[in-house]
Amino acid sequence: MTPKTATVRTRRDSRALAAILVSSSSVLLAVAGGVVALLRSGDTDNGFLILFTASFPLAVFALAFGRRAETRIVERDGPARDEDLARRSRRIAVGGITVSVLLALALAIWSAWTGLQDVQEVFFSLPDLGDSAGLVFDGFVLNIKIFVVAEILVLAWGLTVAIARDLPGRAAAPLRWLAVAYVDVFRGLPAIITIYLVVFGLPLTQLSIVPGPDTSFLGFDSVEMLGIFALVLVYGAYVAEVYRSGIESVHWSQRAAARGLGLSGGQSMRFVVMPQAVRRVIPPLMNDFIGLQKDTALLNIAGIFEGFAAASNYANNNFNLSSVTGLGICFLVITIPMTRFTDFLVKRDRQRMTAGGG
Amino acid sequence: MAHVSVADVVKRFGANTVLDGINLEVEEHQVVCLIGASGSGKSTLLRCINGLEATQGGIITVLGRTVIQDDIKLNRLRRDIGIVFQAYNLFPHMTVLDNITLAPRKVLHLSKHDAEERARPLLERIGLPDKADEYPDRLSGGQQQRVAIVRALAMQPQLMLFDEITSALDPELVNEVLHMMQELAEQGMTMVVATHEMGFARDVATKVCYLHRGQIIEEGPPEKIFTAPQNVRTSEFLKRTLDAGQM
Repeated sequence: MTPKTATVRTRRDSRALAAILVSSSSVLLAVAGGVVALLRSGDTDNGFLILFTASFPLAVFALAFGRRAETRIVERDGPARDEDLARRSRRIAVGGITVSVLLALALAIWSAWTGLQDVQEVFFSLPDLGDSAGLVFDGFVLNIKIFVVAEILVLAWGLTVAIARDLPGRAAAPLRWLAVAYVDVFRGLPAIITIYLVVFGLPLTQLSIVPGPDTSFLGFDSVEMLGIFALVLVYGAYVAEVYRSGIESVHWSQRAAARGLGLSGGQSMRFVVMPQAVRRVIPPLMNDFIGLQKDTALLNIAGIFEGFAAASNYANNNFNLSSVTGLGICFLVITIPMTRFTDFLVKRDRQRMTAGGG
Repeated sequence: MAHVSVADVVKRFGANTVLDGINLEVEEHQVVCLIGASGSGKSTLLRCINGLEATQGGIITVLGRTVIQDDIKLNRLRRDIGIVFQAYNLFPHMTVLDNITLAPRKVLHLSKHDAEERARPLLERIGLPDKADEYPDRLSGGQQQRVAIVRALAMQPQLMLFDEITSALDPELVNEVLHMMQELAEQGMTMVVATHEMGFARDVATKVCYLHRGQIIEEGPPEKIFTAPQNVRTSEFLKRTLDAGQM
């Protein structure tokens, strides 16, 4: 063995040893943290935090360090004894991280055990959930109704704005400006301000086009109609942008091919561009659906007795938030399947286009 | 009267002059090949002929009608002009059959049945009758390009424009497409072909035009252009492409 390889050998050994040292100390720190915490569990400042915070990054560092040591060694001259060392140090580091996390979790749960019962009492009290269920559910049905109607209007209105924004020619310039201004304003305003202005402001103007207090449409009273109008204004701006990004993502050569076959501009849009654009924007469109569905709860500020109004009303009277939690669960039951369904649609569409067949 | 007549046409993109006073006559049943380096204006000229690009000067007359940027007149004119692009540009969300029948149905207002009656023999002709219900992504490049050609033919055009349609194809797929173009030429279709395939130009063209910086600086029958070019630039260009093995 020449002196040179001897130095390399030592350096390699030292790297692997250092790796093992770092990882072992991280595990030791984590364990020590746990012990300290156990001994002084009564105190607020129990010393665990410092030890734990030190051990965790150290373990992560050890993991990266061990991994690097191993790669280097294997790259240079194949598996060797110190590769085993380095690998072992990595294993210890993984152990260190796991121990740290488990310790932290266990401590958190243990120290919060009594607290947890209070938490359950406030947010998940079964009697309160039961008492408020009927009221909250009735309100939530109104949320759903508003959502469905608003969504249909938003889809149509957003498309109209998107197309107006992409109209060709000088004659259509004012329409384009109008569309841009509309999108800028209503995407920039907080939804709650738009809702407030529309629902409380429009009736004050006493314009004949604003529905009077006695009108009703599809079972919605005048305030609910205004609420839906406000949501359509807000989400129409978002959805118009989504549509537009879809339209612009279709390569211009597709339009050229369609026009080259003699299709008119409108026909190219309808048969060639839009079908591709809409397919591409289904996921972002779905995000806006979910946003709209959630934002129906904002209408409670307008005095519409939807789910959130009902739930917070109950919470205020009973000093218990379980009714609101219940409403939250109602929302999740709708929104989570919606996202999963979108994923499914997108996947199926992609498979159909690339895997062929009818 | 000439099928296509291009007189002193100028086309600019901003400060960049792409067509600089082009003159071209294409008679019925002629196959005119446009050759020249990339960026010499071949594709732009084709796009101007069917009005996909607006010109800044000169007059183009196609099938006795002047090409002007008027949507209704252009739509009417484009029914009679087929165009095929380098990148196929099939509609990816439609089956092969729908790709071919879309324009006959929506522009010529044929019924679905009639349009398919028209499409199926075309698919037979290119040997792809069993691909009718496939989506374009499932086809090879050569197959897609042949579908793109019959998609244009389904409108029964009187003039076909080909924009370097073999340039994006793998070498082994080029011949099936060239063969199809040759058949079309033999059936008497009037064609304007922008191409880098000198072999095709030599064998099939009635007239070859060499474009350089937006001008046709030499034109004539292929035997003359390829064996005894008059212009120095033409011979240099031909020598370069010959060296590159494209002949």
